[in-house]
Amino acid sequence: MTEPTLQVEILRYRPETDQDPAFQTYTVPYRDDWVVLDALNHIKDNIDRTLSYRWSCHMAVCGSCGMMINGEPKLSCHAFLRDYYPNKIRVEPLNNFPIERDLVTVTDDFMEKLESVKPYVIPKQERAVDEGPHLQTPAQLNTFKQYTMCINCLLCYAACPQYGLTPDFVGPAALALAHRYNLDTRDAGREQRQEIAASNEGVWDCTFVGECSQVCPKSVDPAAAIQQTKIASTIDWYKALLNPWGKR
Amino acid sequence: MSRKPYLRKMPKSWWLAQRRYTSYMAREMSCVFIGAYSVLIVLGLYRLSQGRAEYGAFLDALQSPPSLVFHAAALVFALIHTVSWFSLAPKAMPLQIGEKKLSGGPVVLAHYAVWVVVSAGVLLVARI
Ligand code: SF4
Ligand code: FES
Repeated sequence: MTEPTLQVEILRYRPETDQDPAFQTYTVPYRDDWVVLDALNHIKDNIDRTLSYRWSCHMAVCGSCGMMINGEPKLSCHAFLRDYYPNKIRVEPLNNFPIERDLVTVTDDFMEKLESVKPYVIPKQERAVDEGPHLQTPAQLNTFKQYTMCINCLLCYAACPQYGLTPDFVGPAALALAHRYNLDTRDAGREQRQEIAASNEGVWDCTFVGECSQVCPKSVDPAAAIQQTKIASTIDWYKALLNPWGKR
Repeated sequence: MSRKPYLRKMPKSWWLAQRRYTSYMAREMSCVFIGAYSVLIVLGLYRLSQGRAEYGAFLDALQSPPSLVFHAAALVFALIHTVSWFSLAPKAMPLQIGEKKLSGGPVVLAHYAVWVVVSAGVLLVARI
């Protein structure tokens, strides 16, 4: 019996020889427990060693294997061949990011934006170790827990037409993380983050397409974080208007 | 080795590439019809202020075929506008009681309830 196979079409770009990216088709064995990443590993190990792509954990944790699979941003370690078989699968690097090589993208822009929103707890006052830990109740934790699940896979940026059209937009994951720390009861850094988050390039560049939340593999729901930040920023604005002498 | 990152351009037809993008665009377009309809209502008020005959002519003009087509389209887009925005409302209003996060269902229902109450109120006022 011949083994069933599947065709995988991959967008290739080798900067030293290629002017433009172009598709190359490979035939791989079909196994119903294989994900697209397994197919790529098969190609790399057995067919074409020059193929480049990122991955690490193979279990939707590290966030490095994001790709466009049949036009949708997905983790390639989480996209089963059986959901596409017997049709051809088309694999491209994540949309909206420059291609470094084959399926590897340049993500520096995101890294800078992530850093700009200070994604860490900024306490009001440093606490000495012998003062013990900052306490937090489960209810307080649950207000932001979903936003802590982000694995920086950038599927949301690839899905966001606003980011594609307006590259200055801070974007879904970074804004969701800003919101996550703003909601944290141990944090007092909201005012510092608002400089970026409440600017035009922050939440106000978002037109609520909502696609970020659709594609997020971790149910972070960045669209919700952004809309909540819009509301909180608007309330700040009215407060400042009604009480210009008050502390913002 | 020298680098040469390649940036792909977003095609102009990006919003046709996927059904969800297309329905987002329909939601965006709906504001044009909502805006146009508001202008039409203001125009009607203005004609009413001019007198009975002018208002009658305005009402007659509403029955013309182009006006009927516009009304049908405006109704469709008003529904798209309402349903899509109502369904997004829970994202902006998270509900949590104690430790438990609630689903968005009640927020959406509350929007429809307010809509029904306000519409009934307007109809009531119109009858007086
Ligand atoms: S918000 Fe979701 S889609 Fe975006 S980077 Fe984080 S895990 Fe990935
Ligand atoms: S390989 Fe780590 S998320 Fe897919």
